[in-house]
Amino acid sequence: MAKITLKKLSHSYLTKQNNNSDWALRGVDIDWKDGGAYALLGPSGCGKTTLLNIISGLLKPTKGGVFFDDKDVTTLNPVERDIAQIFQFPVIYDTMTVYDNLAFPLKNRGLSETEIDAKVKEIGAMLELTPTLNNKASGLTADGKQKISLGRGLVRSDVNVIMFDEPLTVIDPHLKWVLRSKLKELHQKINRTMIYVTHDQIEALTFADQVVVMHEGQIVQTGTPVELFEKPKHTFVGHFIGSPGMNILPCEIKNGQINFEGKTLPSNTSIKKTNFSKTQVGIRPEFVNFSKEGIEVKIKRVSDTGRHKIIDTECKSGSIKILANAADEIPSGNAHITFDQKYTYAYGDNWIIE
Amino acid sequence: MKKIKWLVPTIYIIFLMLPIYWLLNMSFKTTTEIINVYSLWPQDFTLDNYKTIFTDSTWYMGYVNSIIYTVINTLTSVAAALPAAYAFSRYKFLGDKHLFFWLLTNRMAPPAVFALPFFQFYSSVNLFDTHIAIALSHCLFNIPLAVWILEGFMSAVPKELDETAYVDGYSFGRFFFKIFIPTIAAGIGITMFFCFMFSWVELLLAKTLTATIAKPIAAIMTRTSSTSGYELGLLAAAGSLTIIPGAVVIYFVRNYIAKGFAMGRV
Amino acid sequence: MNKTLNQKAWYFVIPVFVLVAFNAVVPLMTVVNYSFQETFGSNVFAWEGTRWFKEILHSERFHASLGRQAIFTFIILIIQLPLGIAIALTMPKKGWGVPVCLILMSMPLLIPWNVVGAMWNIFALPDIGFLGNSLNSIGFDYNFTQQSGDAWFTTILMDVWHWTSLVVLLSYAGLNSIQPAYYQAAEIDGASRWDVFRYIELPKMKKVLTLAILLRFMDSFMIYTEPFVLTGGGPGNATNFLSLDLVKMALGQFDLGPAAAMSLIYFLIVLLVCWIFYSLMMKDEGRA
Repeated sequence: MAKITLKKLSHSYLTKQNNNSDWALRGVDIDWKDGGAYALLGPSGCGKTTLLNIISGLLKPTKGGVFFDDKDVTTLNPVERDIAQIFQFPVIYDTMTVYDNLAFPLKNRGLSETEIDAKVKEIGAMLELTPTLNNKASGLTADGKQKISLGRGLVRSDVNVIMFDEPLTVIDPHLKWVLRSKLKELHQKINRTMIYVTHDQIEALTFADQVVVMHEGQIVQTGTPVELFEKPKHTFVGHFIGSPGMNILPCEIKNGQINFEGKTLPSNTSIKKTNFSKTQVGIRPEFVNFSKEGIEVKIKRVSDTGRHKIIDTECKSGSIKILANAADEIPSGNAHITFDQKYTYAYGDNWIIE
Repeated sequence: MKKIKWLVPTIYIIFLMLPIYWLLNMSFKTTTEIINVYSLWPQDFTLDNYKTIFTDSTWYMGYVNSIIYTVINTLTSVAAALPAAYAFSRYKFLGDKHLFFWLLTNRMAPPAVFALPFFQFYSSVNLFDTHIAIALSHCLFNIPLAVWILEGFMSAVPKELDETAYVDGYSFGRFFFKIFIPTIAAGIGITMFFCFMFSWVELLLAKTLTATIAKPIAAIMTRTSSTSGYELGLLAAAGSLTIIPGAVVIYFVRNYIAKGFAMGRV
Repeated sequence: MNKTLNQKAWYFVIPVFVLVAFNAVVPLMTVVNYSFQETFGSNVFAWEGTRWFKEILHSERFHASLGRQAIFTFIILIIQLPLGIAIALTMPKKGWGVPVCLILMSMPLLIPWNVVGAMWNIFALPDIGFLGNSLNSIGFDYNFTQQSGDAWFTTILMDVWHWTSLVVLLSYAGLNSIQPAYYQAAEIDGASRWDVFRYIELPKMKKVLTLAILLRFMDSFMIYTEPFVLTGGGPGNATNFLSLDLVKMALGQFDLGPAAAMSLIYFLIVLLVCWIFYSLMMKDEGRA
C-alpha cells in the first residue's frame, strides 16, 4: 500500500509540441493518501487513461515525477512498482483454468505451491469464483472474466495500488450495479489504494471517497462527491456533474457583484479581480426557486421524470433549467425566479472567482 | 535485444532478394558471358535480351496473353463471388454448409489430376487455345477462394446496415452497389489481389490448354529452357519481366493488405 | 450474425455454382470414368472394374512417389511453420519498416511458379550459379543435377524461399490483431517472454495458424511446377513427387486408366487430411 504523489506531470504523445492541444497531460499535481478509493472522472480524451498508465508504469511521462511513499518510481516498470491494473475488457489467459489464471502472477514471483493455493482459494472465495476454479477461463461470462482480471491483481499481497480503466465497459447493465457494489465492498474489506478511471459520473460518485475531475489534460477539481456537487470550481465540473448539469450563463461584474439580467445578484463569492475576458454565473437547477419577484423568465417546457419535474425556461441571457419536486406547483407563461445565494457562483474564464 | 530483432527480417529479406538479384544479373548478360564467366554483376552489360523480348511477338504476346486471361479471370471470379458470398453471409438455405465445403474442396484437388480431363473437355467445346479457356479453368480454384475471403469480410458488416437501407427506401440493387460494396472495398481489393496472384502464377493448366494463340508467357519460357542451347540470358530477362506485374499489384494494395489481413476470415 | 432462412438465396449462388461445377464435375466424371476402364487408344474402352485401383495401391512406383511426397511435405511443414512464425514475431509493428517488409516479403509469392523453378535452376547451377558456385568454392561437392541429396536440398530450399512468406504474412496478421492490453497485463503479471508467446500469442494465432498449415499442406502435397522446372523429377527418380509422377503417367505414357485411378486416390488423400483440419477449425468456431 502506498501514498501516491504526482508532481508536475506532463505528457505528450508527439515528439514536438506546438500548442496546448499537443499535450495529453498538462501539469498534473496530485497527493493521494494511502488506502483511499479515488476516481478519475472526465470525458473521453481528457487524459485520464494517459494518467493511469503513467501511474502504473506502462507509460513514461514526458515531464514530471511519480512517487510512491516518497520514493521516485518514475523510471520503474510496472512489475517493479507492484501495481495491478484492470482493463476495459477482460484480459485473461484463455488456455488456462480460472485457478491457473489467479495463480499465474504468484508463480512468476516465486511463491511456494502451498502459499499460492491458499491465496488463490482466498481470493476465489472473495470474488465468488470458487465453483468455477477448475473450469477453463475462456468459458466464463464477461463479468466472470473481469472478476478473474481483478483476482489476478488481488492475489498479490504486495500490491501498492489497484487501477481500474473503465472496467465495466463490456458488462451488461444489470450486472454493472452488482459489480460496482462488489468493488466498493472489496475496498472496504482489503483497504488498498484503488484508482478508478471512468467517464460515468454515477460510477465515480458512488465508488470514490475523492473524485478527481479532468478536462483537456488538466485537473480541474479534486474533492468529495458532495463538494463537487455543491461548489464546482470550474464550469466544466458544473456541466459534467449532476443531471441535469449546472446552469451557466453570461453575466457582468459591477462593483464587485454579479450583474445578471440587469439585476444585482447576491452570491457566495466576493469578487476582487475583474479583468476576465469572460464572466459567467453558475447555479444548479436544484437551487433555483420560483418567487414573486426576481429574474424574469418564460416557461418553455415542463418534463415530469416521476421523482422531479424539470422546467426549461428562457431569459434574455439564455436558457435556465429548474429542478422542482414532483408535487410542486409550476407556474406557466411568464414567471420570476431567484437563485439560492449560498450556491450562486461567479466564474471568470471558466474558473470560480473567490 | 531490440537491435537483434531488426536482424532477422533483414537477413530473411536478403535471402529472398538473392535469387531475384541473380536473375536480374543474368538478364543483363550475354549468354556467352553467362556460360564462360562467373561474375556477380554483368561485365559486359547488355540490353539485347530485353530488346528481343520487346520486339519478338512470340515473346511479348506471351505477356499480353497472360495479362488478358488473368484480368478476365479476376473480374469474373470477383463478380460471381460477390452475390454468392452475400448469400452465404446473410442467409440460411438448403445445403448451404455443404455447398460451402464443396467449394473449398475444389481448392484441394491437385491440378495434375485435372490436366488431361481439362485438355479433352475444353477441346471438345472448341475452347482450346483461347484466353477464355484458361480464365474459366482458373475459376475452379479462384472462385472458392474469392467466396471464402469475401464472405469473411461481409460477415464483419452487421445486418443492421442492410436493414437501415431498406427502411430508408433503397432497393436491393442500389443498396448493394452504393452502400455495401464501398463498405467492403478493402475486402474486394484483397480478393482481387489473391485471384490475380493465383491466376498469374499458375502454369500447368495454362500450358495444357494452349498451343500458340493464347500461350502465356510462363509456357513460352518453358519452351525455351527445354530446347537445346540454353538461352539463359533471354530466359532470365523474360523471367524478370514476369515479376513486374506482381510487384505493381502489391504496391497498389499494400494498404489493403495490412488492414484487410487483420479483419475478415483471417 | 443472425441469418434468415431464404431459399431464394440460391439465385445468388448460381453463377458461382455453374462456373465451378463446369470445371469440376465434368472433368471429375471423366476421371472417374477412365479409372474403371482400359483404353486401347482412340476411344475404345473396356471395363476393368477396380483393377487399376488395386494395381496402383500395390504398385511399387506409387508407393515410392507417395513416400517421397510424404517426406517432402513433412520436412516443408517442419521448417516453414516455425520459421514463418519466428520471422513474424520479429517484424516491426509500425513505422516505415512495415510496408517495406510486407512488400519485399510478398514478392516470392507473386512470381510465376515456373519462373521460380527457372530462377533457382540458374541460381543453383554448380559452376555459373551464385549458390552452386559459392557452395563448391567453400568445399562442398555440390551438383543438384547429378546428386540426389543435393537435388532434395535445393528443392526444399527453393520451396522455403517461395512459400515461407505466406506463413509470415498470416502469422503477422494474427499477431497484429492482439490488443496491447494483453501484453500490458502480462507485463504487470511478471510473465517471461516465453510465457507471453505460449499463453497469449500462440493461442490467439490459432485460427491463422490452422489456415497456414492447411494451405501449406495442400500446396506442398500437390506441388508440380517448381520441381518440374528445377529438376524435372531427377536425378533419376530422386525428386519425382506425386504430381510429377502422375502427369508423367497421364500425359506421357497415356496410361489413362491407372493415371485416373491414381488421380482419384491422390485427391481422396488430400481431401481426407483437409477435412480433418477443416473440422478442427470449424469446431472451435462453433463453440465460440
